[in-house]
Amino acid sequence: MDLKDLYRDVIVDHNRRPRNFREMPDADRHADGFNPLCGDRLTLYVRLDGDRIADVSFHGSGCAISVASASLLTESVKGRTVPEAEKLFGQMHDLLTKDDAEVDVPSLGKLAALSGVRAFPARVKCASLCWHTLDAALHSQEQVSTE
Amino acid sequence: MSAVPAPKDTFTALDVAAVRREFPVLERTVRGKPLAYLDNAASSQRPHVVIDAMSRYYETTHANVHRGVHTLSQEATELFEGAREKVRRFINARSTKEIVFVRGTTEAINLVAQSYGRPRFGRGDEILISWLEHHANIVPWQLLCEQTGATLKVAPITPRGEVDFDAFAALLSPRTKLVALAHVSNALGTIVPVQRFLRAAKERGVPVLLDGAQAVPHLKVDVQALDCDFYSFSSHKMCGPTGIGVLFGREALLREMPPWQGGGDMILAVTFGKTIYNDLPYKFEAGTPAIADAIGLGVAIDYLESLGMERIAAVEHGLLEYATRRLGEVPGIRIVGTAPDKAAVVSFTLDGVHPHDLGTVLDHEAVAVRTGHHCAMPVMEFFKVPATARASFAFYNTRDEIDRLVAALHTAREMLG
Repeated sequence: MDLKDLYRDVIVDHNRRPRNFREMPDADRHADGFNPLCGDRLTLYVRLDGDRIADVSFHGSGCAISVASASLLTESVKGRTVPEAEKLFGQMHDLLTKDDAEVDVPSLGKLAALSGVRAFPARVKCASLCWHTLDAALHSQEQVSTE
Repeated sequence: MSAVPAPKDTFTALDVAAVRREFPVLERTVRGKPLAYLDNAASSQRPHVVIDAMSRYYETTHANVHRGVHTLSQEATELFEGAREKVRRFINARSTKEIVFVRGTTEAINLVAQSYGRPRFGRGDEILISWLEHHANIVPWQLLCEQTGATLKVAPITPRGEVDFDAFAALLSPRTKLVALAHVSNALGTIVPVQRFLRAAKERGVPVLLDGAQAVPHLKVDVQALDCDFYSFSSHKMCGPTGIGVLFGREALLREMPPWQGGGDMILAVTFGKTIYNDLPYKFEAGTPAIADAIGLGVAIDYLESLGMERIAAVEHGLLEYATRRLGEVPGIRIVGTAPDKAAVVSFTLDGVHPHDLGTVLDHEAVAVRTGHHCAMPVMEFFKVPATARASFAFYNTRDEIDRLVAALHTAREMLG
């Protein structure tokens, strides 16, 4: 287990320069995620065009894993339909908790950079917080906590 | 009661290498690297003598206390009550009647809230705490306020992390029914000059509870010299086992307070019509107590006294000064909590690196620190940080371990900053 396997270049880059890191005044949906263990706090915003995620952004503060994961999330779900995003959520859950053999890693694109998190169980919640928050936003819950 | 050590010529310095050999866990490695345990404010480690005393008790003596006339029960009772006497002597209480065994500081404070506060406090009454408090010295009072209609007042802190005395004094009023203060801040290490706060409260006849969880392991505490009404601390932060702690209470106050849990051991006679409660301190110790743990705590006290609290304070103060200087050399570091009088705790942030990532990088180097809000979220809020990393030292830590912490911080900066 190497630290560079956790903090891959993609993750370091998305932490330093998070994409879609902004509030969204005209969002249709938003939800707050909170990880009390380490103080990660983020708000996820979604603007829908029918069933399609027309825009998605996030704001808040957190560790490199949670920020990079949220940044990667916004890039990967923008333009997808809600069921597609939910399917991706399931795949990310598997990626973070199961062995590679059970996950179609190449289909995840850049999100696969988070596979190193699996070897650091204390950090899995950091990576999954934004996905739970997206799920809550899509289902119109306002707050989720990973504790 | 000061963190400033006595002059070195009044005692010989601790032989830290020999002391380390007494702590089996310090020999272990994490991922092939020797453990640098710098999370002592969360929980300290235990020496052989404590572990052995507890094993020996279970292997040779265990029976329930205060119950039987058989030999084992009598021996167990003697050991258990012997531990209580050691605690009494250690903090210089007048009588063992003032020493109540509880699960820890948290339970001690809850006991005072429920048994002292709940029958007495009502709407318009105030409980005064400070912004420095651990959640254990906030939430029990919030619960009590919900139950009684009393109000929680909070004295602010200064940018250095000291309780603002003038603001505290201004908040003391005829409505103040209790003051509850940390003796040493767990999040920042600030040693609160509690004598001054106690004096101000006493002048107005307000009783004072001190949360001594972070003080007792590092300073000589004398409850008579302090003249406080309640004092609470936990065994596991002072080389003793988990699951046991102490509430000291002034005898006259404890006597007036009703039991807070009912059951065996806290009674003299039970009928369905009326139950007569036991004497102090047993009135507050319902059920079979943590016997082996109390015995372990007693041995931990013997151990700390054999090293000498002054020598412990001197070693830890040296580590604090060294760590503060070395950490200060790391670019981008911000030390949170810079009171002039501190226990051996350094809370810090590193620009561009979230504390949680720091914790992972440090763990990779087998350096154990706490990262997060340290059960003191208002303190984090005050300093406008979501979390900090906190290195907290015990007398068995070394400068080499601090050097490894600093090296790992440089690694974290290069990797993530």
